[in-house]
Amino acid sequence: MTDYNVLAAGDTALIVDFGNQVDLNVSAKVLALAGRLNALKIDGVIETVPTIRSLSIYYEPLTVSAIWLERQVADILEHLEEAPATGRTCDIPVCYDPELAPDLEWVASQRDLDPAQVIELHSSRTYHVYMLGFLPGLAYLGDLPSELVLPRRTTPRSRVPAGSLGIGGKLTCIYPMATPCGWHLIGRSPISLWDASLTSGALLRAGDKVKFNPVSLSEYRRMCSDGVIAAPQAGTSH
Amino acid sequence: MSAVLRILESGLLTTVQDLGRIGYQHLGVPTSGALDPVSLRAANILVGNAPMEGALEIAYLGPTFMVEADSVNLACAGADVSIEVLHDEAAVNGVRYASMQSFRVQRGQVVRVGQTAGWSLVYLAVEGGFDIKPVLGSVSTYVRGQIGGWQGRALAAGDALPLRRSAAGKRDEFRLEGLDLARPSRFRVVLGPQNTRFSERSIKAFLDGEYTVSPATDRMAMQLDGPKLEHISGHDIVSDAIALGSIQVPGHGQPVVLMADRQTTGGYPKVATVISADLPALGRTRIGDKISFQEASVEEAQQLRRTLLQQIDAIPDRMVPAHRSRDDLTACLLTNNLISGIANAQLAPSME
Repeated sequence: MTDYNVLAAGDTALIVDFGNQVDLNVSAKVLALAGRLNALKIDGVIETVPTIRSLSIYYEPLTVSAIWLERQVADILEHLEEAPATGRTCDIPVCYDPELAPDLEWVASQRDLDPAQVIELHSSRTYHVYMLGFLPGLAYLGDLPSELVLPRRTTPRSRVPAGSLGIGGKLTCIYPMATPCGWHLIGRSPISLWDASLTSGALLRAGDKVKFNPVSLSEYRRMCSDGVIAAPQAGTSH
Repeated sequence: MSAVLRILESGLLTTVQDLGRIGYQHLGVPTSGALDPVSLRAANILVGNAPMEGALEIAYLGPTFMVEADSVNLACAGADVSIEVLHDEAAVNGVRYASMQSFRVQRGQVVRVGQTAGWSLVYLAVEGGFDIKPVLGSVSTYVRGQIGGWQGRALAAGDALPLRRSAAGKRDEFRLEGLDLARPSRFRVVLGPQNTRFSERSIKAFLDGEYTVSPATDRMAMQLDGPKLEHISGHDIVSDAIALGSIQVPGHGQPVVLMADRQTTGGYPKVATVISADLPALGRTRIGDKISFQEASVEEAQQLRRTLLQQIDAIPDRMVPAHRSRDDLTACLLTNNLISGIANAQLAPSME
């Protein structure tokens, strides 16, 4: 039996909350619930938003009642099997050159590592996309190797460039556009995670898998000028 | 020749907005959309548009623009505002119109929208709407993300906003009478979803206290100054979604109401959520105004939502021809196709 609470966020949103934690098993439940609920195409459900810890259900209360929605959620969670992943994997090129990685040295020094070891640790695992949020196309990826789990900066930077690769707590992300940021920056990607001219806008989806592919500074510059596009691949090659 | 409104002065913050970008929050895309959707609908209905058509959201000080179309039919709704139509760019005095009425402007004339009064926002709709390509299903402007609207930004002098119609239709001018834009004496909130992360004393102070709308307020967040809230176990939570009207409390303890351009997710506890029926009034509340809150149940909130939607549905019934007596109302509505059904077939064969 899954432990969860259904909370009201006003009169047009329900939050199915699984608790205050970053946890791959919780994320699997959230994403499976989202998939099952969306597949029902319930009249009056406007949109659902999966997050690290919860699923938000935005609804029109004059069309569908909160009580009925809660019952659907309970039904789904009672019979929930292992979450089907989206089945997509995306390779994202990242340049970890110090010129584009202002915090790489500092992160390394915090853990008595060489910068090269930080790069190896960061780029050697496959990450899970917990959610998209905060900015259009911004994907929260986890979990970082424990050696790279650090508290956020005490003073956030007021603006970091698009493509910046950050780490914060158990998570890592690439900023799709210039933004204020409190995470440590250890690289930059030449690809765009957000393009409003695309039908969907965002490169990644919650549930995708991501691998970072280290590239040199000259490769990074070439990719920037060529406008390289990374496309998620369906299948099980990773 | 293409029909445009040429912007001569931008006003303080003038953006294209409709009812928002729905269905993309799971990709991190804010909904945006009109802060006051009731007034947006009213402006559109006044010029004969579908209620959800994109229009200009004008904050505090309106734009000045030249009509470069044969003619246009315009209307403002929301705050009180004085609109002056000048014969040309050099003219000093023109004809004045108020909010809540439609009016016609000819090629070369200049429209100057003044300062809003009473409320912060007024919406300016043009018959036929703007010829702007929707992004992800909406023409709403999300300025921070440079998405949608006119080039993803607020209007600036020199912009030429394309219009769908090159000339105004044959319909009459209308006034809107008795639309209730009164402010609730207290804005009603449903407590939660993280009210248990605040002390009971804090929640009582929040509900009993009075807050001033801070100058730091924008389309993303209404910042408030008043009694502080104390967190019970820190002000960081693992991110969850942020509904429209969520009242989050960062480390400084002052509540922040998340509005149309809010980020889709966030990591501060949310003490309460403003009910949907009170959000349009909150959206048009001015910086410096004093506001307070009152607890409501979800059921009460949904009943108030029903009442508001009924009021919105009844807006067309409040239209009065601007230059005729009330006795002619029905005939006028029929010939202008505002009453559907028999009007289409029997009484309005010559209308487009």
